[in-house]
Amino acid sequence: MALKGLDIFKLTPKTNCKECGNPTCMAFAMKVAQGSIEVTKCPHLSEEVLAKLAESTAPPMKTLTLKSGDTEYKLGGETVLFRHEKTFVSKTLYAFTLSDTMDDAEVKAVMDESLKVDYERIGERMYAELIFVKYTGNADRFVELARKAAEAGRGVILSCSDPATASKAVAEIADAKPVLDGANASNYEEMSKIATENGLLLGVTGENLDELYDTVEKLEALGNKNLVLNVGCNSIKTAFEAAVQIRRAAILNKDRVFGYPSLVDVAAMAPGDEAMQTALASLFTVKYGSIIVLEKMTYAESLALHGLRQNIFTDPQKPMKVEPGIYPLNKADENAPCCITVDFALTYFVVSGELERSGVPVNLLISDAGGYSVLTAWAAGKLSASSIAKFITDYDIENKIKNRNLILPGKVAVLKGELQEKLPGWNVVVGPNEAVALVKFMREFANK
Amino acid sequence: MPFKKPVQKFNAAINAVELGVGEKKIVLGGQNVMPFYTFDNAIENPPRIGVEISDLGFEDQVPGIRDFYAGCKTVADMAKKAAELEDVDFVCIRLDSADPNGENAPVADCVETARAVSEAIDKPLVIIGCDNDEKDAQLFEKVADALQGKNALYLSAKEENYKSIAAAVGLAYGQKVGAESSVDLNLAKQLNVLISQIGVDAKNIVMNIGTAASGYGFEYVISTLDRVNSAALSQNDAMLQMPIITPVSSETWAVKESTATEEDMPQWGSAETRGISMEVTTAVAVLASGSSAVILRHPTSIKTVAKLIKELI
Ligand code: SF4
Repeated sequence: MALKGLDIFKLTPKTNCKECGNPTCMAFAMKVAQGSIEVTKCPHLSEEVLAKLAESTAPPMKTLTLKSGDTEYKLGGETVLFRHEKTFVSKTLYAFTLSDTMDDAEVKAVMDESLKVDYERIGERMYAELIFVKYTGNADRFVELARKAAEAGRGVILSCSDPATASKAVAEIADAKPVLDGANASNYEEMSKIATENGLLLGVTGENLDELYDTVEKLEALGNKNLVLNVGCNSIKTAFEAAVQIRRAAILNKDRVFGYPSLVDVAAMAPGDEAMQTALASLFTVKYGSIIVLEKMTYAESLALHGLRQNIFTDPQKPMKVEPGIYPLNKADENAPCCITVDFALTYFVVSGELERSGVPVNLLISDAGGYSVLTAWAAGKLSASSIAKFITDYDIENKIKNRNLILPGKVAVLKGELQEKLPGWNVVVGPNEAVALVKFMREFANK
Repeated sequence: MPFKKPVQKFNAAINAVELGVGEKKIVLGGQNVMPFYTFDNAIENPPRIGVEISDLGFEDQVPGIRDFYAGCKTVADMAKKAAELEDVDFVCIRLDSADPNGENAPVADCVETARAVSEAIDKPLVIIGCDNDEKDAQLFEKVADALQGKNALYLSAKEENYKSIAAAVGLAYGQKVGAESSVDLNLAKQLNVLISQIGVDAKNIVMNIGTAASGYGFEYVISTLDRVNSAALSQNDAMLQMPIITPVSSETWAVKESTATEEDMPQWGSAETRGISMEVTTAVAVLASGSSAVILRHPTSIKTVAKLIKELI
């Protein structure tokens, strides 16, 4: 539980010696409580008091590290409930499932389909970072699948609440540093031992929030603070409540017992129903799921969910940018006309979407405008006749594209004259003000 | 130490707005907790689902939607078919034919379509315009006159044309005004204020705060919803307490994730499955962020989102 200013004050020597740079110990205590000064600034605190304060002034949710192949991902570390307050820092990770009930053909089908989904979207690799290996009673098969999962080069989660089997599987793939998910009220001591000895994150679950809370407290008493909280799958309603309550307890109540990332097995909540799993994955991506387990990762699920995740975990202060360059659409070649716009990701998406809908082959030119929208970039001097002319030269457009029609966003029609002077070989055309009008505009333009 | 459950209960609530008449009428909004937080307080009116049809039919029709409407000869037939779906709470008819840059159908024809649709169904009706500010204003005035007593919702009145729409729909013919803004809390609020100043009761306004498909600058939609919702509940801002309706399908079925054919993107698999996935993902995310209603197209999406709502409420 977080300490209040007054509680911290009680732990200071109350001598007001000012060595910490504050007029009084009280002022110092207040600042520590707000998080605006380090406790170590006071040289007169005992080791014991320092430890106590360090614990209570730590961030509300722990940041843990998880290995997926050669990549390390951060889990948790969130400080707010809504993304407009502050950036959500650790993006949701997605897993697909291998169960010991699946035969070789099923395993191969799921692996082939899910591993195939691996692509880039605005500078981010999109794929299922994790494989969830599920034990339901067949220990040999479970260990075999654990090995198979580790060999796939993705992170592994071992879902197993039987300590003997868990320890066999862990021994088999210890180097892959799997997450061991399966601690509960009755087995937590043994499970915690396996996890700590191998340096693994431990997944904990409970029949309800009270039991989970109790088990986490017991695990912390054993010294294990590398935990992931499995919200359970008794029902969609209780899983949602758990995900929300865990996050709210950590952020609003500063209750560190629940200051851990979460795991949500949506595959178990809607077996065989891909659309429902997608719905649940969307829900838990928006509301506080750190790891989401699906049956498989298909392109249909990935395109929607990874797009959602990329948006939700964007820094609200920092717009997403796309790389400047030539983006040929509708199979455009060097003979297709050019449309130019800015590198603000939202602009790019809207404009490229409408251009694609027109069906007209066109080269979309994205110029470097500092990630601003058209009007803002223009107002900030980042989109001008000179910047466009420079882009045309820097990216060697005249040698790469033969067509000499350049369509300008309607909102910066004022640039036409100057641009025409700077690009003598080109025919500068003013396009529509709004992207929605592009479909009609391009079709008419192509017919001319 | 036992777990102390945090609770966020508010002394304010989203307005409860009635749509439709008779047995099948529905209420949008009314909740005084965060979306789906039934553990804080009961949510009386679950989020609602509308089905979207167009008087032109849709381009790139996917098999699941085409098959569903197979045999329908008129828009009214389609509306009847759609309304028969158990999970559908209301029907949305887009009067796309009115678009001056398209078919430019006369207002009188559209009024006839709207009347026929309204007579074919017993569920509440939402009228969507053709996205031309001037034409929508003319259109809504006449449709609202023809549908007096039906308590329909009109999408949308915008900054550019709210005056005549609010006066006709909200005042003269006593129906529900949809106030559309573009993904910005202040713009949303300002439009509500303007419409209220004309004399439309806040209880007759529903908001569309703007929309996008998942992956397409969708973070602005989510954050605007979050902020509007928290201003409405925690700051008791009466000019932001109108329930929110989000047209989802018109966005999600237009992006390349849904439209790219399997020939063009063989590794992506069935375009229909991708379209459903985009529709479901986007719909659930806006519902989880405070929208009180979504507008969808595909029967599988409707079934899935309805099932999730039932599970959560
Ligand atoms: S340095 Fe420590 S003892 Fe001295 S004023 Fe600051 S808090 Fe008090």
